[in-house]
Amino acid sequence: MRLVWLILLIPFAAVAWVPFYNHTTPALFGFPFFYWYQLLWVPLTSLLTYLVYRTLARDSRDDG
Amino acid sequence: MTAEIDWAALAVFVLLLGLVTAIGFGAARWRRIKTLSPLEEWGLGGRQFGTWITWFLIGGDIYTAYTMIAVPALVYATGAFGFFALPYTILVYPFVFAVMPIFWKVAKKNNYMTAADVVYGRYGYRPLELAVALTGVIATMPYIALQLIGIETVFHTLGITGKLPLIAAFLILALNTYSSGLRAPALIAVVKDTMIYIVVIAAILLIPFKLGGYSAVFETADAAFLAKGSGGILLTPAQFAPYVSLALGSALALFMYPHALTGILASASANTIRKNAILLPAYSTVLALLALMGLMGHAAGLKLTNNNDVVPFLFKTLFPGWFAGFAFAAIAIGAMVPAAIMSIGAANLFTRNFWKAYINPDVTLAGEAKVAKMTSLALVAGALLFILFLPTQFALDLQLLGGLWILQTLPAVIFGLFTGWFRSLGLLLGWAAGFLGGSWLAWLNDFKPLHTLHFGSASITLYSGLLALAVNIAVAILVSAVLRRAARGDRDLAGVN
Repeated sequence: MRLVWLILLIPFAAVAWVPFYNHTTPALFGFPFFYWYQLLWVPLTSLLTYLVYRTLARDSRDDG
Repeated sequence: MTAEIDWAALAVFVLLLGLVTAIGFGAARWRRIKTLSPLEEWGLGGRQFGTWITWFLIGGDIYTAYTMIAVPALVYATGAFGFFALPYTILVYPFVFAVMPIFWKVAKKNNYMTAADVVYGRYGYRPLELAVALTGVIATMPYIALQLIGIETVFHTLGITGKLPLIAAFLILALNTYSSGLRAPALIAVVKDTMIYIVVIAAILLIPFKLGGYSAVFETADAAFLAKGSGGILLTPAQFAPYVSLALGSALALFMYPHALTGILASASANTIRKNAILLPAYSTVLALLALMGLMGHAAGLKLTNNNDVVPFLFKTLFPGWFAGFAFAAIAIGAMVPAAIMSIGAANLFTRNFWKAYINPDVTLAGEAKVAKMTSLALVAGALLFILFLPTQFALDLQLLGGLWILQTLPAVIFGLFTGWFRSLGLLLGWAAGFLGGSWLAWLNDFKPLHTLHFGSASITLYSGLLALAVNIAVAILVSAVLRRAARGDRDLAGVN
């Protein structure tokens, strides 16, 4: 079991603790923090998954 | 609000629906390859869809018309709480990335076409296969019915009354699916998703402009919730646990549904699925923006008798007729794509895990395809009868139960991909405990998805499906441990003698 898989748990940690993001400030483009923080985690999750994908793809190439 | 017929909207709507019907029938001849199994052709599109077609297909499949109507409706009614759909779709893709490529490989290697096939292949135990197949079919039926509610809402906004248009729409759907199989929704999904992206981008740029900017949208919505005395643009502390547990439970349940798994199984490779786990979140952004329309409904001062009308009426009120017609067509086609895939997924289950397993084990490959096609017709007809003759609330309650039920198949379908530790009887008893226990919790709570646990003076409210899953897994572990110990005892005894 490769440790890189643990990266996939980060999005869960990011949204699991609601008191952290259940606020109106700081607002961004008129969006309360609650809304833009969760929206931000959509591309961030994509990016983290891509990192895992890249790492695993490189490893399987190394293995031949 | 009573609807008067807007002819520009209606003309665009009818034109677009006609277009996708033609595409659907033409799809039968698209990328036809000769495979050994006609059912694989019809039910999985030949298992050949690459990254982009899969992206459109799964995106068009899991973000249903009902999602586009119901999520904004919940946000309109409750505010921030309805937004749980966003963490839900954030959490689902890491799960897909980690699990579904393995599921696909097992299925491809053995020519499996359903989740229940995978379960039977793993454990060789018919009752567990049947439990998974049955759960899949009964969870899907009300889901198909809800797509009809999505179409009905659009018809209603367009000023079309009566049941005939609905029947016509579903007749087209059923025949389309019968003749073209999964290829029809795969091609139509490309059109539908493109339309949805256009609609949402236009709405998100133009509506706040008309309503005085995003901060004004949030402020007026906040004031409206305050005046109403319920809901708000932030969560109350009592909503924290329900919010997160609904998001997590729904994320785990989504890819247990036959229609979602059909999209997975139809992919050309495990890598197609991995890439899609990275690319599909684009749809989550669209969903979040649609959810915000629930708040815009307040800012636009809509007074609705039915919360489900918030998105259609927002378009009708703020946009010219032809664009509203375009948006409504996107939603209606958005109902037909998932409904088709749901009927195909459930038909595959019936054919492989009921017909072949119990009625006619010697069924030929051509016979399999014939049974599945007929079954898909019956399923769509059943869903239509459901909506025509039973109260809508019944479909809603059943769909909610369906989510809870389908989640209970997760241990049987997924655990075996990673470990050989679990015993089939343990998984079956776990499924039964989760299924019955979860249904009981739902019944106790008047078909609301949440249940409150009390520990002395403290209490916590969680998604019932997730509680049922915990019981399910606990039973599976306990029974498997006992069976393994008993088996070891027998072996030791045999060694002594």
